[in-house]
Amino acid sequence: MENILQQIGIENYIYLSTLLFCIGIFGVLYRRNAIVMFMSVEIMLNAVNLLLVAFSTYHQDASGQVFVFFSMAVAAAEVAVGLAILVAVYRNLNNIDIDNLKNLKG
Amino acid sequence: MLLTLFYILSAITLATAFLTIFSKNPIHSAIYLVLCFFSIAGHYLMFNAQFLAIVHVIVYSGAIMILMLFTIMLMNLNKEDEKNKSMLTRISAVISFCLVAFVLLAAFIKAQPVITEYKVSGQDYQSIKVLGQVLLNEYMVPFEFASVLLLVSMIGAVLLSKKEHINN
Repeated sequence: MENILQQIGIENYIYLSTLLFCIGIFGVLYRRNAIVMFMSVEIMLNAVNLLLVAFSTYHQDASGQVFVFFSMAVAAAEVAVGLAILVAVYRNLNNIDIDNLKNLKG
Repeated sequence: MLLTLFYILSAITLATAFLTIFSKNPIHSAIYLVLCFFSIAGHYLMFNAQFLAIVHVIVYSGAIMILMLFTIMLMNLNKEDEKNKSMLTRISAVISFCLVAFVLLAAFIKAQPVITEYKVSGQDYQSIKVLGQVLLNEYMVPFEFASVLLLVSMIGAVLLSKKEHINN
Protein backbone atom coordinates (compact mmCIF):
# COMPACT_ATOMS: atom_id res chain seq x y z
CA MET A 1 0.00 0.00 0.00
CA GLU A 2 1.35 3.35 -1.06
CA ASN A 3 1.51 6.21 1.38
CA ILE A 4 1.72 9.84 0.38
CA LEU A 5 4.00 10.74 3.26
CA GLN A 6 6.76 8.48 1.92
CA GLN A 7 7.01 10.70 -1.13
CA ILE A 8 6.24 14.14 0.25
CA GLY A 9 7.19 14.04 3.91
CA ILE A 10 5.38 15.36 6.93
CA GLU A 11 7.58 18.46 7.21
CA ASN A 12 6.22 19.96 3.97
CA TYR A 13 2.70 19.71 5.36
CA ILE A 14 3.83 21.29 8.65
CA TYR A 15 5.30 24.26 6.76
CA LEU A 16 2.19 24.63 4.60
CA SER A 17 -0.17 24.59 7.59
CA THR A 18 2.03 27.04 9.51
CA LEU A 19 2.03 29.49 6.62
CA LEU A 20 -1.73 29.13 6.15
CA PHE A 21 -2.31 29.75 9.87
CA CYS A 22 -0.08 32.85 9.77
CA ILE A 23 -2.00 34.17 6.76
CA GLY A 24 -5.18 33.78 8.83
CA ILE A 25 -3.66 35.73 11.73
CA PHE A 26 -2.52 38.41 9.27
CA GLY A 27 -6.04 38.71 7.85
CA VAL A 28 -7.59 39.18 11.29
CA LEU A 29 -5.07 41.91 12.11
CA TYR A 30 -4.96 43.64 8.72
CA ARG A 31 -8.60 43.99 7.64
CA ARG A 32 -11.39 45.67 9.50
CA ASN A 33 -14.33 44.37 7.53
CA ALA A 34 -15.89 41.88 9.95
CA ILE A 35 -16.87 39.39 7.21
CA VAL A 36 -13.32 39.20 5.85
CA MET A 37 -12.10 38.69 9.42
CA PHE A 38 -14.53 35.76 9.67
CA MET A 39 -13.05 34.32 6.49
CA SER A 40 -9.57 34.64 8.01
CA VAL A 41 -10.74 32.68 11.04
CA GLU A 42 -12.00 29.99 8.64
CA ILE A 43 -8.56 29.90 6.98
CA MET A 44 -6.95 29.35 10.40
CA LEU A 45 -9.39 26.53 11.22
CA ASN A 46 -8.60 24.90 7.89
CA ALA A 47 -4.87 25.08 8.50
CA VAL A 48 -5.34 23.19 11.76
CA ASN A 49 -7.64 20.64 10.10
CA LEU A 50 -5.07 20.01 7.36
CA LEU A 51 -2.35 19.35 9.92
CA LEU A 52 -4.67 17.02 11.89
CA VAL A 53 -5.32 14.96 8.75
CA ALA A 54 -1.60 14.92 7.95
CA PHE A 55 -0.73 13.55 11.38
CA SER A 56 -3.65 11.11 11.27
CA THR A 57 -2.07 9.69 8.12
CA TYR A 58 1.37 9.81 9.73
CA HIS A 59 0.23 7.72 12.70
CA GLN A 60 -2.20 5.68 10.54
CA ASP A 61 -4.96 6.25 13.05
CA ALA A 62 -8.57 7.21 12.33
CA SER A 63 -9.03 9.36 15.46
CA GLY A 64 -7.44 12.43 13.85
CA GLN A 65 -9.93 12.36 11.00
CA VAL A 66 -12.86 11.98 13.42
CA PHE A 67 -11.53 15.02 15.28
CA VAL A 68 -11.48 17.01 12.02
CA PHE A 69 -15.12 16.01 11.54
CA PHE A 70 -16.01 17.48 14.95
CA SER A 71 -14.01 20.62 14.26
CA MET A 72 -16.01 21.11 11.04
CA ALA A 73 -19.26 20.85 13.02
CA VAL A 74 -17.99 23.50 15.46
CA ALA A 75 -16.91 25.73 12.54
CA ALA A 76 -20.38 25.49 10.99
CA ALA A 77 -22.04 26.41 14.31
CA GLU A 78 -19.61 29.29 14.82
CA VAL A 79 -20.27 30.76 11.37
CA ALA A 80 -24.06 30.55 11.77
CA VAL A 81 -24.05 32.40 15.11
CA GLY A 82 -21.35 34.86 14.03
CA LEU A 83 -23.14 35.87 10.85
CA ALA A 84 -26.40 36.31 12.79
CA ILE A 85 -24.56 38.67 15.16
CA LEU A 86 -23.16 40.55 12.15
CA VAL A 87 -26.65 40.93 10.67
CA ALA A 88 -27.90 42.29 14.02
CA VAL A 89 -24.95 44.74 14.15
CA TYR A 90 -25.58 45.85 10.59
CA ARG A 91 -29.22 46.52 11.34
CA ASN A 92 -28.32 48.88 14.15
CA LEU A 93 -25.20 50.58 12.79
CA ASN A 94 -25.63 50.26 9.00
CA ASN A 95 -22.08 49.03 8.52
CA ILE A 96 -19.92 46.22 9.87
CA ASP A 97 -16.71 48.14 10.38
CA ILE A 98 -15.28 46.72 13.61
CA ASP A 99 -13.95 50.14 14.63
CA ASN A 100 -17.56 51.14 15.36
CA LEU A 101 -18.07 48.33 17.85
CA LYS A 102 -16.66 50.17 20.82
CA ASN A 103 -19.71 50.16 23.07
CA LEU A 104 -18.55 47.18 25.10
CA LYS A 105 -15.41 49.02 26.11
CA GLY A 106 -15.21 49.04 29.88
CA MET B 1 4.87 13.48 -9.84
CA LEU B 2 3.08 13.60 -6.46
CA LEU B 3 5.56 16.17 -5.19
CA THR B 4 4.83 18.44 -8.16
CA LEU B 5 1.10 18.05 -7.54
CA PHE B 6 1.67 18.93 -3.88
CA TYR B 7 3.62 22.07 -4.78
CA ILE B 8 0.97 23.20 -7.30
CA LEU B 9 -1.87 22.63 -4.78
CA SER B 10 0.06 24.41 -2.01
CA ALA B 11 0.77 27.37 -4.28
CA ILE B 12 -2.94 27.62 -5.12
CA THR B 13 -3.88 27.35 -1.42
CA LEU B 14 -1.46 30.04 -0.22
CA ALA B 15 -2.09 32.40 -3.16
CA THR B 16 -5.88 32.27 -2.86
CA ALA B 17 -5.63 32.71 0.93
CA PHE B 18 -3.57 35.87 0.39
CA LEU B 19 -5.97 37.11 -2.30
CA THR B 20 -8.89 36.53 0.11
CA ILE B 21 -7.33 39.01 2.49
CA PHE B 22 -6.11 41.54 -0.06
CA SER B 23 -9.16 41.87 -2.33
CA LYS B 24 -11.14 45.01 -1.56
CA ASN B 25 -14.51 43.61 -2.61
CA PRO B 26 -15.93 41.08 -0.09
CA ILE B 27 -17.56 39.05 -2.90
CA HIS B 28 -14.15 38.53 -4.52
CA SER B 29 -12.78 37.50 -1.10
CA ALA B 30 -15.54 34.89 -0.80
CA ILE B 31 -14.83 33.48 -4.28
CA TYR B 32 -11.09 33.23 -3.59
CA LEU B 33 -11.90 31.51 -0.29
CA VAL B 34 -13.99 28.91 -2.15
CA LEU B 35 -10.96 28.22 -4.38
CA CYS B 36 -8.79 27.90 -1.27
CA PHE B 37 -11.22 25.38 0.24
CA PHE B 38 -11.29 23.34 -2.97
CA SER B 39 -7.51 23.13 -3.02
CA ILE B 40 -7.54 21.97 0.63
CA ALA B 41 -10.06 19.29 -0.40
CA GLY B 42 -7.47 18.33 -3.03
CA HIS B 43 -4.90 17.92 -0.26
CA TYR B 44 -7.33 15.63 1.59
CA LEU B 45 -7.77 13.56 -1.58
CA MET B 46 -3.99 13.23 -1.83
CA PHE B 47 -4.05 11.77 1.68
CA ASN B 48 -6.68 9.30 0.40
CA ALA B 49 -9.14 10.66 3.01
CA GLN B 50 -12.17 10.50 0.70
CA PHE B 51 -14.80 10.99 3.40
CA LEU B 52 -13.18 14.16 4.71
CA ALA B 53 -12.67 15.55 1.20
CA ILE B 54 -16.36 15.14 0.39
CA VAL B 55 -17.52 16.48 3.77
CA HIS B 56 -15.13 19.42 3.42
CA VAL B 57 -16.53 20.38 0.02
CA ILE B 58 -20.12 19.98 1.25
CA VAL B 59 -19.71 21.85 4.55
CA TYR B 60 -17.25 24.60 3.63
CA SER B 61 -17.84 25.30 -0.05
CA GLY B 62 -21.49 24.32 0.07
CA ALA B 63 -22.86 25.55 3.37
CA ILE B 64 -20.51 28.08 4.98
CA MET B 65 -19.61 30.01 1.83
CA ILE B 66 -23.23 30.17 0.65
CA LEU B 67 -24.16 31.54 4.09
CA MET B 68 -21.41 34.16 3.83
CA LEU B 69 -22.34 35.13 0.26
CA PHE B 70 -25.99 35.52 1.26
CA THR B 71 -24.97 37.71 4.21
CA ILE B 72 -22.76 39.86 1.96
CA MET B 73 -25.61 40.33 -0.51
CA LEU B 74 -28.13 40.96 2.29
CA MET B 75 -25.97 43.72 3.73
CA ASN B 76 -25.28 45.12 0.25
CA LEU B 77 -21.55 45.05 0.88
CA ASN B 78 -20.51 44.27 -2.68
CA LYS B 79 -18.82 47.60 -3.11
CA GLU B 80 -15.42 48.87 -2.11
CA ASP B 81 -16.30 51.32 0.62
CA GLU B 82 -13.82 50.27 3.25
CA LYS B 83 -11.97 53.21 4.67
CA ASN B 84 -8.23 52.84 4.88
CA LYS B 85 -6.82 51.70 8.14
CA SER B 86 -4.13 53.87 9.65
CA MET B 87 -0.58 53.19 8.53
CA LEU B 88 0.47 52.21 12.05
CA THR B 89 -2.09 49.38 12.22
CA ARG B 90 -1.04 48.05 8.82
CA ILE B 91 2.66 48.13 9.63
CA SER B 92 2.11 46.43 12.99
CA ALA B 93 -0.05 43.76 11.30
CA VAL B 94 2.73 43.05 8.77
CA ILE B 95 5.39 42.98 11.52
CA SER B 96 3.38 40.60 13.72
CA PHE B 97 2.68 38.34 10.71
CA CYS B 98 6.40 38.16 9.92
CA LEU B 99 7.31 37.51 13.57
CA VAL B 100 4.72 34.74 14.07
CA ALA B 101 5.70 33.05 10.79
CA PHE B 102 9.40 33.35 11.64
CA VAL B 103 9.06 31.92 15.15
CA LEU B 104 6.79 29.01 14.14
CA LEU B 105 8.80 28.07 11.05
CA ALA B 106 12.11 28.33 12.92
CA ALA B 107 10.76 26.08 15.69
CA PHE B 108 9.52 23.47 13.19
CA ILE B 109 12.67 23.54 11.03
CA LYS B 110 14.83 22.88 14.09
CA ALA B 111 12.57 20.00 15.24
CA GLN B 112 13.69 16.44 14.56
CA PRO B 113 11.13 13.70 13.79
CA VAL B 114 10.80 10.91 16.35
CA ILE B 115 10.33 8.26 13.67
CA THR B 116 13.14 8.42 11.16
CA GLU B 117 12.17 5.39 9.11
CA TYR B 118 8.54 5.64 8.05
CA LYS B 119 6.80 2.30 7.46
CA VAL B 120 3.34 1.61 6.10
CA SER B 121 1.45 -1.01 8.07
CA GLY B 122 -0.94 -1.71 5.20
CA GLN B 123 -3.88 -1.62 7.57
CA ASP B 124 -7.08 0.13 6.46
CA TYR B 125 -7.64 3.12 8.72
CA GLN B 126 -9.38 5.82 6.69
CA SER B 127 -12.07 4.25 4.54
CA ILE B 128 -15.62 5.39 5.21
CA LYS B 129 -16.43 2.03 6.82
CA VAL B 130 -13.63 2.25 9.41
CA LEU B 131 -14.33 5.93 10.10
CA GLY B 132 -18.00 5.19 10.72
CA GLN B 133 -17.14 2.42 13.16
CA VAL B 134 -14.69 4.64 15.07
CA LEU B 135 -17.19 7.52 15.09
CA LEU B 136 -20.09 5.48 16.42
CA ASN B 137 -18.18 3.26 18.87
CA GLU B 138 -15.37 5.28 20.39
CA TYR B 139 -16.73 8.78 19.82
CA MET B 140 -20.44 8.13 20.35
CA VAL B 141 -21.01 10.75 23.08
CA PRO B 142 -19.15 13.62 21.34
CA PHE B 143 -21.08 12.77 18.18
CA GLU B 144 -24.41 13.22 19.98
CA PHE B 145 -23.17 16.42 21.61
CA ALA B 146 -22.23 17.77 18.17
CA SER B 147 -25.89 17.44 17.18
CA VAL B 148 -26.92 19.33 20.34
CA LEU B 149 -24.37 22.04 19.48
CA LEU B 150 -25.77 22.41 15.96
CA LEU B 151 -29.34 22.62 17.31
CA VAL B 152 -28.37 25.28 19.86
CA SER B 153 -26.50 27.31 17.24
CA MET B 154 -29.51 27.11 14.91
CA ILE B 155 -31.85 28.41 17.63
CA GLY B 156 -29.30 31.09 18.53
CA ALA B 157 -28.98 32.26 14.93
CA VAL B 158 -32.76 32.53 14.57
CA LEU B 159 -33.10 34.44 17.86
CA LEU B 160 -30.22 36.80 17.07
CA SER B 161 -31.42 37.74 13.60
CA LYS B 162 -34.98 38.47 14.69
CA LYS B 163 -35.96 42.05 13.91
CA GLU B 164 -35.30 44.04 17.05
CA HIS B 165 -33.85 47.52 17.43
CA ILE B 166 -31.75 48.80 20.28
CA ASN B 167 -33.37 51.83 21.87
CA ASN B 168 -30.87 54.61 21.97
